[in-house]
Amino acid sequence: MDGAHDMGGAKGFGPVVPEPNEPVFHGNWERRAFALTVAMARPGGWNIDMSRFARENRPPEDYLSKSYFQIWLAGLETLMIERGLVTREEIEAGKVLSPPKPGVKPIAPTEVTPAIRRGGPTEREPKAPAMFAVGETVRMKDIHPVTHTRLPQYVRGHLGTIELNHGCHVFPDANSLGKGEDPQWLYTVRFDGPELWGKDADPTLSVSVDAWESYLERV
Amino acid sequence: MSDHDHDHPHHHDHDHSELSETELRVRALESILTEKGYVDPTSLDLLIDLYEKKIGPRNGIRVVAKAWSDPAYRERLMKDATAAIAELDYSGRQGEHMVVVENTPEQHNMVVCTLCSCYPHPVLGLPPVWYKSAPYRSRAVSDPRGVLKDFGVALPDTTKIRVWDSTAEIRYLVLPMRPEGTEGWSAEQLAELVTRDSMIGTGLAKQPGETA
Repeated sequence: MDGAHDMGGAKGFGPVVPEPNEPVFHGNWERRAFALTVAMARPGGWNIDMSRFARENRPPEDYLSKSYFQIWLAGLETLMIERGLVTREEIEAGKVLSPPKPGVKPIAPTEVTPAIRRGGPTEREPKAPAMFAVGETVRMKDIHPVTHTRLPQYVRGHLGTIELNHGCHVFPDANSLGKGEDPQWLYTVRFDGPELWGKDADPTLSVSVDAWESYLERV
Repeated sequence: MSDHDHDHPHHHDHDHSELSETELRVRALESILTEKGYVDPTSLDLLIDLYEKKIGPRNGIRVVAKAWSDPAYRERLMKDATAAIAELDYSGRQGEHMVVVENTPEQHNMVVCTLCSCYPHPVLGLPPVWYKSAPYRSRAVSDPRGVLKDFGVALPDTTKIRVWDSTAEIRYLVLPMRPEGTEGWSAEQLAELVTRDSMIGTGLAKQPGETA
């Protein structure tokens, strides 16, 4: 979706302000919100693309006024309410008002480290040969899905060069909708600065995105 | 109001009521999920402990220092970063598919995620607030030299700047340039020169003598 989360090239946000000696979490609620989000994914039955969409799919003023872990918390609430794991009334009341959804198994302490160390690899066996070759010039499609996509607005319609082929990977646009993994070839596509930002752009700049095959068209 | 305020609510008195409201909401949610049997609080403690104590930039620092001091390792790292990083026992969530990009006098690499906060957790830990903030995510791809200036870094005008926007599940680690005057240094000595920001591309490795 074309939302507030898609920030590449936006103006007016001011300077980057690094925080010296920044802690991993600011306050205990960030620790717990992070851990709850990570620990609920498997019992809750959603994938990473569904959780990204739950975070970004909100009014711009809401997205931009929440801190990072407040967005995570809001996304977690949405995912759980959608699946009937908790009700909005329970979240607002801060207490249990309905029986648990049957068959939901928590992550056991012994599973934590192995699960994090395994992660969730997204590479899959290719079912067809790659359509594009390294070195080839391609155009990014000018598409505007209302659902989740990983094609940022700032590269749409622009010409780039295929630089790397990463194999076939789970396609977020389908996976976020529960329509299966639909693995596709994934490429790093590089753009010259002036192609993206006009003739006054830094001539020494190039930018790349990682793009699935269906984001690309032949030129 | 600048974005800085939004990203650092803990720094600003006017946000304290909002913060405590969030704190209460998270506490209540955890008790609901525990009571319903969806989460085990011990597992939550373990997760937090992993990300506060085990998974952090010190891991990436070991990778870089080894690459600087061991040419065969550097070659493996550039060829198959996921496997080379796993040799040092770092792997998994948000680092399943690693690519290492090398800074040279000709090209400086910088990593961003304009769409969210994608970051190589096994080697760098969780991202700092600035990495997830609107100023960085918006400007890294259009004005990286301006962003570098915010970090106090100025590169020669002739150095090419390459920005990697992490839009998929590939995670990028920058291999910074090894500082001059470190010939014969051990991996342990070299590790003192590697900073987190130098592995994101918003900083450079420290110079010898800068470490004290």
